[in-house]
Amino acid sequence: MLRERSFLLRVHARVPAEPPLIELRGIVKAYPGCLANDRVDLAVQRGEIHALLGENGAGKSTLVKIMAGVVAPDAGEIRWQGRLVAIDGPGAARRLGIGMVFQHFTLFESLTVTENVALGAGAGRDRKAIARRIRELAARYGLAVDPDRHVHGLAVGERQRVEILRCLLEEPRLIVLDEPTSVLTPQEADALFATLRLLAEEGRGVLFISHKLDEVRALCHAATILRGGKRVGGCDPRAESAASLARLMVGSDVAPARRGAPRTLGGEVLRIERLSVNPADPHGTALKNIALTVSAGEIVGIAGVAGNGQSELLAVISGELPAPAAAVTIAGIGVGDRPPAARRKLGLAVIPEERLGRGAVAEMSLAENTLLTAAGQGLVRHGLVDGAAANAYADRIITRFGVVARGAGAEADSLSGGNLQKFILGREFLKHPKLLVGAHPTWGVDVGAAAQIHRALIELRDAGTAILIVSEDLDELLAISDRIAVISGGRLSPSIPAEGAARERIGEWMTGLFGDGARHAA
Amino acid sequence: MRLRLEARTETARWLLVATPLLAAALTLACGVVMFAALGYDPGAALASFFIKPIDSIYGLTELALKATPLLLCALGLAVGFRGNVWNIGAEGQLTIGAVCAGGLALAFHGEEPFWLLPAMVAAGAAGGGAWAAIPAFLRTRFNANEILTSLMLTYIALHLLGYLVHGPWRNPQGYNFPQTREFGEAAILPLMIEGSRLHFGSLLALLLVPAAWLLLDKSYLGFQIRVTGLAPRAAAYAGYPAARIVWAGFLAGGAMAGVAGMLEVAGPIGKLQGLISPGYGFAAIIVAFLGRLNAFGILFASLLVALLYLGGETAQIDLKLPPAVTGLFQGLLLFFLLGSDFLARYRLKFVRRAAV
Repeated sequence: MLRERSFLLRVHARVPAEPPLIELRGIVKAYPGCLANDRVDLAVQRGEIHALLGENGAGKSTLVKIMAGVVAPDAGEIRWQGRLVAIDGPGAARRLGIGMVFQHFTLFESLTVTENVALGAGAGRDRKAIARRIRELAARYGLAVDPDRHVHGLAVGERQRVEILRCLLEEPRLIVLDEPTSVLTPQEADALFATLRLLAEEGRGVLFISHKLDEVRALCHAATILRGGKRVGGCDPRAESAASLARLMVGSDVAPARRGAPRTLGGEVLRIERLSVNPADPHGTALKNIALTVSAGEIVGIAGVAGNGQSELLAVISGELPAPAAAVTIAGIGVGDRPPAARRKLGLAVIPEERLGRGAVAEMSLAENTLLTAAGQGLVRHGLVDGAAANAYADRIITRFGVVARGAGAEADSLSGGNLQKFILGREFLKHPKLLVGAHPTWGVDVGAAAQIHRALIELRDAGTAILIVSEDLDELLAISDRIAVISGGRLSPSIPAEGAARERIGEWMTGLFGDGARHAA
Repeated sequence: MRLRLEARTETARWLLVATPLLAAALTLACGVVMFAALGYDPGAALASFFIKPIDSIYGLTELALKATPLLLCALGLAVGFRGNVWNIGAEGQLTIGAVCAGGLALAFHGEEPFWLLPAMVAAGAAGGGAWAAIPAFLRTRFNANEILTSLMLTYIALHLLGYLVHGPWRNPQGYNFPQTREFGEAAILPLMIEGSRLHFGSLLALLLVPAAWLLLDKSYLGFQIRVTGLAPRAAAYAGYPAARIVWAGFLAGGAMAGVAGMLEVAGPIGKLQGLISPGYGFAAIIVAFLGRLNAFGILFASLLVALLYLGGETAQIDLKLPPAVTGLFQGLLLFFLLGSDFLARYRLKFVRRAAV
């Protein structure tokens, strides 16, 4: 995409007293086949933390991209501090003082944190000065990041922190954050909120996009709600309940997932013992003496801050990172050194952290994507792919899980995040796995889809599947898990029943304070 | 006003068919202007490029003969390219295939056993495959970049051939020319059409087109290769062994190139000599991508590139066109083909500055 260096900045009217920091009026943006924004209005005041609410596909991202200068609106006007402006490039947005933290990461994997930030800052800035600045800001806002690490070795949560730091480095007047807390611990989220409040007190504006309605109620001063590309209302979230906000977003009541009591526990399906593994990536986290069991008919949740060994633990279970055979037992068979396909035959299903590029191939159709893990379900015969069977399998997923897609022939990247996640979950679900291991199952998914995914997981548990969920969203784990353990620094805490678990205790464990002698003895 | 590239949300099927035709039309139009500007008769130039080479049965057989090694090499390379396995050394694998098959022919010189030709095909495939196995091993064992290793091995192969035909395998009655003895009757491919040079190897290559299509587009292995190429992390998640994909890509490419080399020495050349291929192995890379890594697409692309080579030669002989001009014209066609292919996937948009 060509980037325009210059931008138009014209004084249109006399500046009235205290105009909004940014004001969007009648914004329209149409894509082929869909009206993403339909005459949307939005105003963020100085010193205000403003929530932008809406389901996936409601048009939030498009609106944000227009403010970022990435997308040009078809109609409508933007006023910056009362003056009519045209934001015709990311550079123009940056010069106005609009800082962005995008939902999809925009970092270069092969560069270090400092190099990534330096790229955003433009040429001619001293690396060492930038690294120093990153350390200062990180300390000030409690966003721990090592500036010298390469991005490819960073976990999701750490990458998000880099994005936030990169934005803050520009000293923006308006900060737009797209679901920033989905990968933070409660304590980290609280620290971020303190930061955001501090920034607002300094007179900056904050536009906060989140699906966590409790957070919005606790943090934001005002809210704009989008549905189907239209602004359906505004409110003061402090005066609303989570249920009333959800109703505004979805347009109808949302039935939350009900965990219910677990049925009778079956036999042990997954057993991990004395697992110590060095990561494939030198910047990863080594796993230290991990022990864990998951039985048929229960959901075990693993909480923790990103980058504490979650990726490695999942890779060991899925077979992407080899371990001693006896360290991982699935259905009574030591599989630590066996490849993923052998484990799949024993009934293992995995929902990976990244949906596109790992859980699904972006350029391939949904039918083709079923083959990734469900080839053994009669979709391959005599070494040839049975296209009709793959189509039928994809169609079954689509109808059974209400995946919104053009059909089995739709390419994976044409689906929204929530729908793709439903598809990936459905692909594993229909195999009736003995053991399901999932990472961040509802990350970046709207409330409606998240509740649906949670219900599906609980249904699967009640059907006798052993389920292990790794998530950085503690609320999610408390809602669906039967037991919870915490991973920190590559060590795993003992597990406790999720019912009645104290958030403070789990938060403490996330910092590694769960010293029990037995676990240290190797 | 400025220009912007936008990915098309959906590429219409007819567009994918229409782009090569559009490219051909544009090439003709530009060619007319270019030839006229250089003072050649455009009609005669185009005729000698596109019509003269194939206006007779003999011309058509020459076209098929020229397309055969391109087709074989490109089919094999496509297997690797789909999986992001960058085998650039088909030229070397072709050469070693020719050396192995030729060595067998020379070893049984005068004995003429009936199984010699099938054995030579096998030797060619094995030789090319073995040569391709070296970069595959280096890549899977040491993570060495296969683009460099496979390319460098090409020059080793060419020098090995040079050594053999200058030294131990040189024809003792050959007046010191760097070439081996002519192969015996049993080591020469039978002709499909008397009076031409077209041999049954071309039929073999043609039969391999549907086989390659089956492997690339319909088989589970082909699917695994495609996933590995498009999303390596998805391949790891699904549990496809990355090393096996590299080996499959290199062995397929090497074996096919080796067979192409065998067909050249057992066909039109009839002996080993210092130069076996005028760059078929490299041109096949273009052919593979021109055919969009699709087996049937590659069949058409190999015929087109073969026609361009033949047409270039004809034009040089008939009109005394300098080789630079024929090269320019060949470049024009490739430019338009790849350009229109690109524009089928992206659209150019004139964006007016958002005026206020």
